Amino acid sequence: MLDTPTTAPGPPGAGTDDDSAPFWAALREERVELQRCTDCARLRFPPMGRCPWCASAGQVREDVDARGSVYSWIVVHRAFRPEFAADVPYVVATVDLDAGPRVAVRLDRPDGVDFGARVAPVFHDHGAWTELRMVLGA
Amino acid sequence: MREAAVAGVGYTGFSRASGRPVLDLAAEAAIAACEDAGLPVREVDGIASHMVGSDSENAQALATALALPGLRVVLDLNQAGHAPCNLLAHAAAAVSAGLAEHIVIFRALNGRSGPKVGSARFPGRGGQFRYPIGYDAYPMYIAMWARRHLHETGQDVRDLAAVAVAHRAYAVRNERAVRRTPLDLDGYFASPLVADPFRVADCTPEVDGACALLVTGLDRARDLRRPPARIAAAAYRAGPRPGLDIGDHVLTDDYTRNFTDLLRDELFGRAGVTPADVDVACLYDCFTSAVLMSLEGLGLCERGAAGDLVRSGRLPVNPHGGLLGEGYLHGMNTLAEAVLQVQGRSGDRQAARHDVAVVTSGALMDGSAAVLTTDR
Ligand SMILES: [Zn+2]
Repeated sequence: MLDTPTTAPGPPGAGTDDDSAPFWAALREERVELQRCTDCARLRFPPMGRCPWCASAGQVREDVDARGSVYSWIVVHRAFRPEFAADVPYVVATVDLDAGPRVAVRLDRPDGVDFGARVAPVFHDHGAWTELRMVLGA
Repeated sequence: MREAAVAGVGYTGFSRASGRPVLDLAAEAAIAACEDAGLPVREVDGIASHMVGSDSENAQALATALALPGLRVVLDLNQAGHAPCNLLAHAAAAVSAGLAEHIVIFRALNGRSGPKVGSARFPGRGGQFRYPIGYDAYPMYIAMWARRHLHETGQDVRDLAAVAVAHRAYAVRNERAVRRTPLDLDGYFASPLVADPFRVADCTPEVDGACALLVTGLDRARDLRRPPARIAAAAYRAGPRPGLDIGDHVLTDDYTRNFTDLLRDELFGRAGVTPADVDVACLYDCFTSAVLMSLEGLGLCERGAAGDLVRSGRLPVNPHGGLLGEGYLHGMNTLAEAVLQVQGRSGDRQAARHDVAVVTSGALMDGSAAVLTTDR
């Protein structure tokens, strides 16, 4: 009852939208493409039609270097959906990209994760979609 | 301007499986709130509620189930646990402005046997980035904040444990609580990890049930059965970039301060009290960390000293055992406990001094809060 409809193409069970479609398409090519505001020059994530700092609709899309630092993380011990049952325990981190925005991503090989730990992107091909993950050491 | 007060509260029992439609639960709690206040149900002319997705019934349906002759105010929020004090603020404003005389605010859900909010997929555009990667449940988001908050404030998981242990000790004395088995530190650390740093003991148990409050004019409340709980102030606050849905927090910079930091000065200022005047705190505790962050945000202790305050027992915090003990009515029961405390009706868990109670609704970037006082 709380679920929203699945919309293809994109990640399983997720509704992508006009703003996010280029982001997902870029991940298929192992690129991280974000929007940059043409008024205040900030990069933003998640993708959306207006800049959440200045409300400008002016934007360009650009590839960013998705290295960054760990701001916080959790270790998931209980899967809340069956598709993740085989993955536990797994780490999800909030990562501050050097380019500016914060993203929440899975960490591969997370041993030694700490505040400020350097991470670099890795791309997981799920067949129908590509997931942005991070790996320690960048 | 006419002042507003809470005149009565009503509950159903809280259970794992009510076996009843949500509308029945809502009606039972609403009728109980009116009976508690000694007000005929037909005099209610306003209803306000909240839900997540479509896990409850709207105000219109409750008006029908209560056979009300008419409605002058309705409000249906699609908000999670940040709603109850926000509803109180709007109900109080509506009464003050003369839009309605008697407003029932309620939360009703089959939160255990029906859709579970903790692991539900929320509507909104942020979900496409969280759910597919397994960042897909509310305890995870709050745990993400909790780890950073503990780190920056020099606290650790023993401070989370202190909240869980203190709340359980209260819950043991509350017949309405669903978790009443005593819990000590060893028991806490034996509790299974869910989303590290959170264990099962850090998380509120989802339940079926309903809770309702009757809001009316302070002058009218003085003529009713119970001593009025005066609504001294209530406020909602979100800072910049509160996100695209209720689980989206990547646009928030600081995971160590929640909305209480933003509304503290206005809330206490409008209420005409200071944090030092607070006798009882009823703080939204979907997860233990929310209590620590809100104690600090409200200025009830120094930043980083929340765990110590809880351990000291100096301030009664969630004398009903919180959502952690009583069950997850999304904070409407937290607000109801503050009313009972101010009214001096909380039995053997009653705070000795109870002239000023502060209540919060919400844990992260946005939420609401209220100050209730005795009719001084
Ligand atoms: Zn801008």
